[in-house]
Amino acid sequence: MTDLYESQRAMRAMRKAALQRGVIAILDIGTSKIACLVLRFDGPETTRESDGVGSLAGQSAFRVVGAATTRSRGVRFGEISAMNETERAIRTAVQAAQKMAQTRVDHVIACLSGAKPRSYGLAGSIDLHDPTVTEQDVARVLAACEVPDLGETRHVLHAQPVNFALDHRSGLNDPRGQIGNRMACDMHLLSIDGDAVQNLLYCIKRCDMELAGIASSSYASGISSLVEDEQELGAACIDMGGGSTGISVFMKKHMIYADGVRLGGEHVTSDISKGLQVSLALAERIKTLHGGVVATGMDDRELIEIGGDTGDWEHDRRTVSRAEVIGIMRPRVEEILEEVRERLDAAGFEHLPSQQIVLTGGASQIPGLDGLAPKILGNQVRIGRPLRVQGLPQAATGAAFASCVGLALFAAHPQDEWWDFEMPLERYPARSLRRAVKWFKDNW
Amino acid sequence: MQPIERAARRHDPAPSRWAYRMHRLWLTPAVRRLLRLGVPVAISGLALLYVFSQPQNRTVLTQMVSEIRRTIAERPEFMVTTMTIDGASAELAADIREVVPVDFPISSFDLDLAAMQAMVAGLDAVAQADLKVQPGGVLHLNVAERVPAVVWRAEGNLELLDEGGRRVAALAERGTRADLPLIAGIGADRDVPEALELLAAAGPVSDRLRGLVRVGERRWDLVLDRDQRIMLPETGAVTALERVVALHQAQDMLARDLAAVDMRNPARPTLRMRPHAVAELHRIKGIELGDILQ
Repeated sequence: MTDLYESQRAMRAMRKAALQRGVIAILDIGTSKIACLVLRFDGPETTRESDGVGSLAGQSAFRVVGAATTRSRGVRFGEISAMNETERAIRTAVQAAQKMAQTRVDHVIACLSGAKPRSYGLAGSIDLHDPTVTEQDVARVLAACEVPDLGETRHVLHAQPVNFALDHRSGLNDPRGQIGNRMACDMHLLSIDGDAVQNLLYCIKRCDMELAGIASSSYASGISSLVEDEQELGAACIDMGGGSTGISVFMKKHMIYADGVRLGGEHVTSDISKGLQVSLALAERIKTLHGGVVATGMDDRELIEIGGDTGDWEHDRRTVSRAEVIGIMRPRVEEILEEVRERLDAAGFEHLPSQQIVLTGGASQIPGLDGLAPKILGNQVRIGRPLRVQGLPQAATGAAFASCVGLALFAAHPQDEWWDFEMPLERYPARSLRRAVKWFKDNW
Repeated sequence: MQPIERAARRHDPAPSRWAYRMHRLWLTPAVRRLLRLGVPVAISGLALLYVFSQPQNRTVLTQMVSEIRRTIAERPEFMVTTMTIDGASAELAADIREVVPVDFPISSFDLDLAAMQAMVAGLDAVAQADLKVQPGGVLHLNVAERVPAVVWRAEGNLELLDEGGRRVAALAERGTRADLPLIAGIGADRDVPEALELLAAAGPVSDRLRGLVRVGERRWDLVLDRDQRIMLPETGAVTALERVVALHQAQDMLARDLAAVDMRNPARPTLRMRPHAVAELHRIKGIELGDILQ
């Protein structure tokens, strides 16, 4: 765990370097597409005086100068399964985005959707030496959080302090400078499969780029798709991707739970392919053009040519009604949504004050989903699209780009994570020079 | 198992690793600048260097440049055909024409006016010279001539000096400039202003004045006719002369048979009489004394 912890620290330094250079790339490695955005940071806002909150929630600090999407290769369930193929696809996307941006990008922030995310709530508390809380105390209380046994090969992807409590006052966002005797903190920790991260790191290294940050795609889509009061009051974002469906629950603007279902739009496609005996590409086309989940009487009369190239006239002149396609798609979509419901129930989503659910991601564009989803997930369901950011091409504003946009916001304003705080003094080796320097700093 | 390397696969849209790297290199700003600016500059610089390393190319170029310069310089607008001289006497003008080494017509590009000005101003008789090329191809010289103030006789030569002591011209005969006072003696030219002051102070005796003689390069003798001399001190010569002139006006001193009035020591003016006057003085004294003795 420490090595990723250290590399997360290094990535934060890398991100700072990238912001200084002003250009950073966003890479969303999904099962069905790989998207790359190139962001240019022009420093703080210059057009108007800042009153603490920048315009467009502060995300006008950057603009998208390059965007490219390519068909994903070698990715299954949001995890890299064929490295060379994925590396080629990443190269294609990055090169096209660089070409559009007319600049070279050396730093990349990536997200991945699969890799079996598992979320943990950690709690820790310490007695304060000094009644006033300092940064060092925050670091100590974070270090005091008991880390569960994550598993042999699992790594920490996010570790965000969610809540601080001083004595009996809870719900503090920033305890520094406040006075108390005992400080407690709640932390949300998201662990993922280490091998998937290693594969991703390797692919990005093969593309001559430095990783400046890594995030879970369900977290990123939550940032971009949930509006501010949803994030504040409590909401779940369901990112329905190609190979996996991400779930993230937000409350008080913190992610408090994340999970993933290893089902997605490609399973729907393969169902169509199997059910209609057509190729995957054709099945994808039929799904995109004629798909749906609520059948009406009209759909029986709408016939779709599914063709074929076997040379058998009967086989190649087949038609299928739209109702049949819907009949194939609906069970799978229901299965996905039920799986999501199960995960949300397991996480205790029904105890949140507000139970808004936002569906986003490419698979959320199925017509009729807004009628089907409330039956399974509850009444407060809406189909979400990501925030609009400056310079994003029209083609990349759809729901399929929710995690891309969220990652761009994440690049501009990352939440404080565990590794953004200083290491507590006790963790330094006893004879370390840095410990001596720190002692002088603190006592003089 | 399927072969890992599929043979003759369809065109892969992904760039190869090297193509990707070259593309990134090309997008690097420094490399881009280098290739867009540095390489053309370097190539043209090398080409120029190669061309100019051949001596015949260099000569061709210098010839071409000088030819172009010549065609411009020899346009009739730039040609100077005559020289006019203002403010100089005829002989001085002739001297100037002799000394200015210009063959007309000449292009005004080839005239070195500063050197010519220095050359003309270097002539003794010229106090100041202005040169300019006027429209119409005229080189105009405005000359201020030195005005001779005294005639200086030294070592058998006669020379005209202006009031500052600068030489103006040589003089063949004293008679040609009888209107100017005469000074003589080695080093007399170095103190012409004082000589002129003395000559002015000698007003009442100027009709008898022959000239001034510099003695020992340090003081003046005023020479009158009848071989009379007024020997003046080194300092305060004008005051001493004024005293002598006052004595002369009061007692008609210089009309007497004196050889010299010695004012070299201003505290003790001395008269030197001629032998005849001395004998006469002794005789008169004898008579007077005899009268007293008798």
